Amino acid sequence: MLDGRSVTARPGEVLIAAAERAGVFIPRFCYHPRMKPVGMCRMCLVEVASPRGPALQPSCFIPVTEGMEVVTTSERVKKAQDGVHEFLLINHPLDCPVCDKGGECPLQDQTLAYGPGESRFVEEKRHFEKPIALSNLVLLDRERCIQCGRCTRFAEEIAGEAQIDFAGRGERLEVAKFPTTSFSSYFSGNTVQICPVGALTATPYRFTARPWDLDQVESTCTTCALGCRVAVQSSANRLTRLLGIDVDPVNQSWLCDKGRYVFESVNGDEALVPGAAFAGEARPAGRGATVRLTQPLVRTHGELVPASWGEALGAAADGLRRVRAVGGPEAVAVLGGARLTNEGAYAWAKLAKGVIGTDSVDAQLGDGLPAELVLSLPRATIDEACRAKVLVTLTGDVREELPVLFLRVRQAVLSGATRLVELTYQTTSLTPYAAASLLMRSGDAPGLARLLVGGSAIASGAPFHPDGPPWSPAQLATARDLLAETPEGAGVVVLVGRPSLAEDASLVAEAVEVLANAWPAARFLPTLRRGNVHGALDMGFAPGLLPGRVSLEEGRAWFRRFWPTVPERTGRSGAAVLASLAGDLEDPDGASDQREAPKGPPIGALVLLGADPVGDFPDRQLAERALAAAEFVVVVGGHPSASLHHADVVLPAAVAHERPGTTTNVEGRVSRLGQKLVAPGLAWPDWMIAAELAASLGADLGFTSASAVLEEIGRVAPSYRGIDAAIEEGTHRDGVIVPLVGRGVERFEPIDPIATPGVESVERQGAPPRVGSARIGAWVVPVSVEGSGEGVPRLLSWPSYVAKRTSTRPTHVSPPDAYTLRLVSGRRLYDRGSAVLGSPSLVPLVPKAPARINPHDLDRFGIDDGDAVRVRSSRGSLVMRAEADPNVARGTVVIDFNLTVAVPDHRDAPGREALRRETTAEKDRRGTERPEDAQRELGASVLIDAMAPVTDIRLESL
Amino acid sequence: MDASEASGVPRIVTAGFDDPESYTIERYLARGGYQGLRKALGMDPEAVVAEVDRASLLGRGGAGFPAGRKWSMLRPDPVTYLVVNGDESEPATFKDHALIERNPHQIIEGTLIASYAVQASQAFIYVRGEFALGLERMQTALNEAYAYGAVGRDIFGSGFSIDIVVHPGAGAYICGEETALLESLEGKRGFPRIKPPYFPAAIGLYGQPTVVNNVETMANLPWIVLHGGAAFASLGAGRSTGTRMFALSGHVRRPGVYEVEMVKTTFRDLIFSEQLGQGLREGRTVKAFVPGGVSAPWFGPEQLDLPLGQDEVGAAGSMLGSGSVVVMDSSTCAVRAAWRITKFFFRESCGQCTPCREGSGWLERILYRIEHGRGREEDLEQLLDICDNIAPGLTWPPQMTTICVLGPSIPSSIHSAISMFRDEFLLHVKEGACPMSGGSHG
Repeated sequence: MLDGRSVTARPGEVLIAAAERAGVFIPRFCYHPRMKPVGMCRMCLVEVASPRGPALQPSCFIPVTEGMEVVTTSERVKKAQDGVHEFLLINHPLDCPVCDKGGECPLQDQTLAYGPGESRFVEEKRHFEKPIALSNLVLLDRERCIQCGRCTRFAEEIAGEAQIDFAGRGERLEVAKFPTTSFSSYFSGNTVQICPVGALTATPYRFTARPWDLDQVESTCTTCALGCRVAVQSSANRLTRLLGIDVDPVNQSWLCDKGRYVFESVNGDEALVPGAAFAGEARPAGRGATVRLTQPLVRTHGELVPASWGEALGAAADGLRRVRAVGGPEAVAVLGGARLTNEGAYAWAKLAKGVIGTDSVDAQLGDGLPAELVLSLPRATIDEACRAKVLVTLTGDVREELPVLFLRVRQAVLSGATRLVELTYQTTSLTPYAAASLLMRSGDAPGLARLLVGGSAIASGAPFHPDGPPWSPAQLATARDLLAETPEGAGVVVLVGRPSLAEDASLVAEAVEVLANAWPAARFLPTLRRGNVHGALDMGFAPGLLPGRVSLEEGRAWFRRFWPTVPERTGRSGAAVLASLAGDLEDPDGASDQREAPKGPPIGALVLLGADPVGDFPDRQLAERALAAAEFVVVVGGHPSASLHHADVVLPAAVAHERPGTTTNVEGRVSRLGQKLVAPGLAWPDWMIAAELAASLGADLGFTSASAVLEEIGRVAPSYRGIDAAIEEGTHRDGVIVPLVGRGVERFEPIDPIATPGVESVERQGAPPRVGSARIGAWVVPVSVEGSGEGVPRLLSWPSYVAKRTSTRPTHVSPPDAYTLRLVSGRRLYDRGSAVLGSPSLVPLVPKAPARINPHDLDRFGIDDGDAVRVRSSRGSLVMRAEADPNVARGTVVIDFNLTVAVPDHRDAPGREALRRETTAEKDRRGTERPEDAQRELGASVLIDAMAPVTDIRLESL
Repeated sequence: MDASEASGVPRIVTAGFDDPESYTIERYLARGGYQGLRKALGMDPEAVVAEVDRASLLGRGGAGFPAGRKWSMLRPDPVTYLVVNGDESEPATFKDHALIERNPHQIIEGTLIASYAVQASQAFIYVRGEFALGLERMQTALNEAYAYGAVGRDIFGSGFSIDIVVHPGAGAYICGEETALLESLEGKRGFPRIKPPYFPAAIGLYGQPTVVNNVETMANLPWIVLHGGAAFASLGAGRSTGTRMFALSGHVRRPGVYEVEMVKTTFRDLIFSEQLGQGLREGRTVKAFVPGGVSAPWFGPEQLDLPLGQDEVGAAGSMLGSGSVVVMDSSTCAVRAAWRITKFFFRESCGQCTPCREGSGWLERILYRIEHGRGREEDLEQLLDICDNIAPGLTWPPQMTTICVLGPSIPSSIHSAISMFRDEFLLHVKEGACPMSGGSHG
């Protein structure tokens, strides 16, 4: 009984949540629906009947029981709540006019709704120095703090890093970081969002806007491929802030700091001036202006000069026609696409494959997995992964690559919903939560996969290290015992990604094939991380594929109905395109990124869609040679990059938040992208560029809007059939998973306005006070797509993949020896990618990469922790700091990707002087062409050979 | 020689207090120490529990919960803990302090008996960190007891084994609250735990079933085992059986710790008896007294003849609480007394719940203002209303809006002072100064 009426609650539900679903909003501050209740603020007191009469109880903490009688509106409840409210205000500075939170502040809103008009408090309020920095991103004003513990609980309970906690007691209770460390969590921005007052503020947003001046659309974050739902807010056509929205199956209201703050790179402070230094090489290491491409450029007499769209499109079309006329359609390659919307990707796929006729189209630049493998694996959702009986990971560090997925998996393991088995080259952020963490070396994955499914490792082509396998036999036994309880892999979900960029994808691919064949009932969640890479692959942005998860052969007849042409032959992968251009394809194993790569005519023209091979491709030297060798290069993108050096035509494109559309996440969940800004200058959305370029080539793609593209996708792309209607009708947040199966569910779930202040609080906490203020968001996911229809091609599936796979030649890995180490190069969240470097708030967070080596190996080589060392592969060498790290497998050196390498810290550190001499000598020897400093900025890619695992690293002490 | 011995009432926990070396194991053994443990180890654990039940031993920490009942609520589990609370830190409360310093072995023996009775896996004695001497003596006594074979593996050849750890507190009054104490023992910040679960007996230290008992409660056990629960229950009356230690302080001639028979003794006896408090200084009369620690509502002279019994004092609207009796004579400023007590709670609030964290400071500041002559008449109603927002209704026992009882303890003295001495408050306001200033105390 709630206020006299009968209400039903879910098992274990706390009173405050049950009441909210029943339309009764109980005021609260410390309660957050995604965290354990602590009952600290005491705002949510209600009367609960007890044998000794009604008692005031905190509704955030009391579970609903059968027959419970609750009163939320009595005078006694009101008096208690008003009392608590007054207590919260007495020491609050009431500096709302200068507070960022003013206008969307739960304390302010509730004061307005229920609070007293005047203060009875005539004493002096408590004072603190304000504000103090908890980190580069988060500032704390302790005077405004109401000690609700949301931030400290988030840090410990959700992020798993208690870098902030309470200090002091009583009235001097304050949130504090530890003296020698900062609040450096990747998730720190969430504490700012959930702070119910203005105590925590974020430097990128601080003092930039008032909430009532902000305009907002809902969208999906495409910084990584997880698909977190966000509210995108802007003022005067500049993005000001992103807030996480609670989408139960995906991000559950959390965001990572990169996703939250890279919007700064969208706000171009200046347009690229022709002749000026291009970003990517000349941008200062510290805070710098963000530069955008805002007008078409055409290379004339060796210089890029501004042009009209007509001139630029004409020049692009001429160049492509010229190359096609000489080398045929296959001489044109289109790389990139992971930054596009689904609509942009489809339009470009149609232009490339359906108009130009080339199949050498790839959204992955050697840092992904074979597309056909990814799309053929039975796909798991994030929810399925989080309740898998056993969750196996064969990927990089999830916290670095898909940060919010780390939060989900961590919660799942802690709640006992799943057990984790990790296959990894080094200890990761998930290792503390793993039931078994199997440490391996580059080359071991296929053999370890065979051991895991109960076979023998001998069948693998990769011999183990002479020291014996690096994993602990006990851990392997634990893993096998766990997996023995899941026959055929029933209930097993595997996270599949790229744990290292210093080996090509074939090792992981082979291991995945082993697992998928042994576990027919298992499901897979591919953790490819680039923005909309999953949408791009679904749109056919890979060789051998057509839109809608069908193979080129299977879909050729179907797409001939809709497209002017369909490629005759399977094209080359991104890596193979670059290798072919650079003249590196003589090694038959070279194109192993894409199995049985056909030898084709030489590539002549390259279209780069928001892709920067020089910055993104693991083997940067190869990418540079490839671009230099290309006859004609068209760059389409929003930001300048190192690849601009080689561009013949530059077409400026709208970026995230500047165009509407849809995106597809790791699960295959399609959700809407909102447009918040008008793109700067003359930049167009990608689908429009494709359509206009097609027109210049004499073809009509048939689109006049992004929604027209989506309509065509829903009509012709087999796995996306009906998506346009589903997305239209599914107006709300969850998005829909493709292929659409069965009927969607209706869900009614209120969003707690206090949990997401800034998203809904202003609307939600007004009149009527106390009762019924919870607006209920409802949405319907509609339609099942009936049958497959006549002629619709069959989707890729595991059986079809296996049937097509002719040879199972194991990947060749050279046998290990005692003198060389294997290179592992993983991803870090903040790296030297253009999004981070374009976001001044994030630039200071980019770490430097030392060479991390197992102490045992360092001893063996006679190198001390912290010394300078020369790391040499057959490709190149780096002089950098060696760091002893027991988390790294023996026989391995870890240098994280796309980071400047670290040098010894102290001037008097051993090797430092030698390093200086070395550097000077290098400079003398090489002149200015390639000084050691520039090498250091290129980082691990100097050592990486994209075509084979890097197994020949040698260390030399200086 | 004191009153209880003269009347044939045994000194159960303060025996040997007159001996300056009472804390050593030699003297303890000479007094018959560890005989209760030997006897208990020869009994079934259930029989020991039954004996304590029969004694009707009420907890001596403040809440007065029957010890035997507490033990029987223990959730069955292979791992259970016994935690002994020696974190006495309230102003004017110093009976445990004396007990720890002068009779540590009896606490240890009681702890061992209780551990045996509930079959605990590990015992902890949590001693207030500021008790430097007490900690030293407790640890020394524990070492002696280990050497004597009374603690550790296979105690006295009985097959029963238990380890005891002495843990120093870190300077927070709140850690005397049993759930905050458990957090502190776990190495965490001393925040009281949210209830439910109401009793550590279900979920306590490290999530395991745990008994938390006061040190004086423990010290009663050897006598109860040796002499029988019935003998203990024959002392006192009603639910309040046995003897109890009282810390008498304030304006009495002979402040100190006295062990007296419950119920049979009155506050007047305690304060005025020649063997006990010896009355007030010449010419002074009792203005008011605190009957059971500073969180208890005050009594006036008309309640002097109340017996020292838990239910009797409870029925009169206060509590025996922590066993501290503070006498205020006619020279005392009621405002200043209330302010000092409130200042203590303000300083010691853990800060977890809003009403206590914010309310304590607000009350303290208003009382300070009144005492220092800057009061307003409306401050009185405001004080009571703020108190009402911390403990709605200002009832006794208080209704709570907070996690633990520290918050609702704050209003007691303020409510008492205003109810009993409203005119004195108004005089402060009217005169713009404390009319009692120049008094000898503060």
